[in-house]
Amino acid sequence: MADLSLIAGKNRLPTIHPAAALVAVFLLFYPAFASNFFVFQIGAYSLVLGTIALSLMMLAGYGGMVSLSQLTVAGLAGYLMAILGDNSVGVMGLGWPWWLTALTAIFAASVFSALIGAISVRTEGIYTIMITLAIAVAFFYFVRQNYVIFNGFTGYAGVEPPVLFGVYWRNPTPFYYLSLAVAAFFFFAVLYGARSTFGLSLQAIRDNPRRMRAIGYDVTLHRIFAYWLAGLIAGTAGVLMVWFNGRISPGSVGVDVVIDILVIAVVGGMRHPIGPFIGALAFVLLENFAIDLIDRERFNTVIGLAFLLVVLFSPDGLLGLWMRMKDALMLKRRTPSDSGGGQ
Amino acid sequence: MITDKRTLIAAAVAATLAGPALAQEDSVKMGALATLEGAFTVLGEDSMRGVKMALEEFKYTAGGKKIELITGSSDASPDSAIRATRKLVEQDGVKVLVGPLSGSEGLAVKDYAKTQPDVTFLNGSSAAQDTTLRDPAENFFRFGTEGAQWMAGLGEYVYKEKGYRSVAVLAEDYSFPYTQVFGFLEPFCRLGGKAPADARFWVPIGNKDYSSVIAALPDDVDAIYVALGGADAVNFLTQYEQAGGDLPLVGGSITVDQTVLGSKGRTRDFVVGTPSAGPISDTWDNPSWQEFVDAYKAQFPDGFPSPSLFAHAYYINTKAALLALDKVGGDLSDGGKKYRDVLSGLSFETPTGMVKLDERRNAVADIFLTEVAEGPDGNLLNKTIKVIPSVSQTLGVSYDEFLKYGPVSRENPKCG
Repeated sequence: MADLSLIAGKNRLPTIHPAAALVAVFLLFYPAFASNFFVFQIGAYSLVLGTIALSLMMLAGYGGMVSLSQLTVAGLAGYLMAILGDNSVGVMGLGWPWWLTALTAIFAASVFSALIGAISVRTEGIYTIMITLAIAVAFFYFVRQNYVIFNGFTGYAGVEPPVLFGVYWRNPTPFYYLSLAVAAFFFFAVLYGARSTFGLSLQAIRDNPRRMRAIGYDVTLHRIFAYWLAGLIAGTAGVLMVWFNGRISPGSVGVDVVIDILVIAVVGGMRHPIGPFIGALAFVLLENFAIDLIDRERFNTVIGLAFLLVVLFSPDGLLGLWMRMKDALMLKRRTPSDSGGGQ
Repeated sequence: MITDKRTLIAAAVAATLAGPALAQEDSVKMGALATLEGAFTVLGEDSMRGVKMALEEFKYTAGGKKIELITGSSDASPDSAIRATRKLVEQDGVKVLVGPLSGSEGLAVKDYAKTQPDVTFLNGSSAAQDTTLRDPAENFFRFGTEGAQWMAGLGEYVYKEKGYRSVAVLAEDYSFPYTQVFGFLEPFCRLGGKAPADARFWVPIGNKDYSSVIAALPDDVDAIYVALGGADAVNFLTQYEQAGGDLPLVGGSITVDQTVLGSKGRTRDFVVGTPSAGPISDTWDNPSWQEFVDAYKAQFPDGFPSPSLFAHAYYINTKAALLALDKVGGDLSDGGKKYRDVLSGLSFETPTGMVKLDERRNAVADIFLTEVAEGPDGNLLNKTIKVIPSVSQTLGVSYDEFLKYGPVSRENPKCG
């Protein structure tokens, strides 16, 4: 019996936590009871932002590399959708079929991400942040000043998702499910990847690169490959982002948005892939409703304060807060029952 | 037990997420969208003052219904404008929306308006040409005029009165300054003026260092046409003055307005005499304008010395929305169809003269040719030189003829 479970252990379905099942059911049936606004602008947008932040979480959480250029990677994919596909601006718009455009955009974004990795992985900590931030800023200024390819300040508008199987994919419910499918795919991929040989080596490199190098691992290559994978995630999310907005301009890849993604990942929590999605939901809710809570001139202060409080009281984000709450609850529940058993 | 608790929490979360606010029958929800964050925050705040002035005037009631104002904020980027608009329309359920403020935002909101045929959109102060000229939306109205209209009369004036024959152009690099440059150069070049392509300088919004632009300015021009706004205008004027620049200036509508003239520094003497044009003039001695200025000062002691053109544009559009609402008795039950019919035919007296709409729902209104002068109390003001009556979007030619001029851009008109 013990032997059998040892052999079958890897293939056995993991026991599903009731909370996870509940969340899955909730996410699946969400459009059935939520208004279009909540399905599209809160639900789908959180999933898209969460997916971009997931690529940062993967690099930072498992690889120890905080890259601020993940949004830039997503932005490149978005721009390529407008440049290679169709747009309504009358600049570029080569009119490739949507699937070819999307695949090229995602692949190019991942290669771009790997290049960023190649430049930055030999550095540590704050220097990685500086290099990737510099790349993000350079990309922002480049697209703003380049008129031939990126159409400068105006950027591109009228980027449409395809009509496939008789469904217009920007309608709230179809787009929500599309984002959910992509987010779920990458969520489980990251979850699985973290326990794969590569994922474990990456985490080992994060903890002690020198020892890993001594054992014979190619530390640089592992890191660059991680960047490439993160680029796939960010690139796909970038395609969704441009479909969501219907447009892309330098403002979509500006420094403030780059910081937003970092805030989402940090506030959500870097320890588990669910963190970025929690962070994204919190961010989107605050962004939309803070203005209703307080005087309109001060609502950005509310957003800032909320995030400050989270980081101050829970350095590992909302995820850490939740874990601690759970621990406290468990402890409280166990204590009376234990004492009851004693009597 | 713990599962029960989780279910309860989940249900509570679901309820809060899903429940849209219930609309009250005896009130109408009106949205106002302006830039309350980012580089144009100050302008956005003044816009909201304009909205409030109009609402105060109507005591927050129109057509027998209470007006419930819901504000939204963007940061001058089209993405943020769309997100805020979508929230106001789809979540808060506004039936009438006033906004946005900036040119490229207006183009985006116009596109969005087409997907919400039952909601009526009135422009704020966004002044890009194609918001109404090409491919307009049926339910998007602009009672304030746009950037090319604002320049009416300026090109002729500097050619004939000032005697300038060639100008250099310095402007921000997006849709609104394109529209302004087009509006200024079109008549100027038709008369025989020159503005060569290598003497046009386009800077990004928020540019701080103008030394390279100043160094590259040609000597053989008669004047510089400057279409910069807010802090950009202040920065350029200060640096040009310090660099010993001596070319006369011609100003865009927001280059020498109150938001710039009110700033401290030595640029003051330097800009006196700069001609400009726009939808308002600080010193117009018409009683209705004076009344408007007095009401503004009384209501907002912490505002500008005189209302900016943003407050003016938002005021006019909000007032149009309320007047039409009065006429239909607050009845928007047919998806606002009747309401929009009334709006299309609406013409009313504003602080700056009569306004009416053309067939693409863009305003036809008076424009003021002005010149910067020192006021009696030492403040710089825009002195009225001339009022150009009833300026239309097509600047006096037919629609088809006007389309031949082509869309506004960095190179339109050529005029090399």
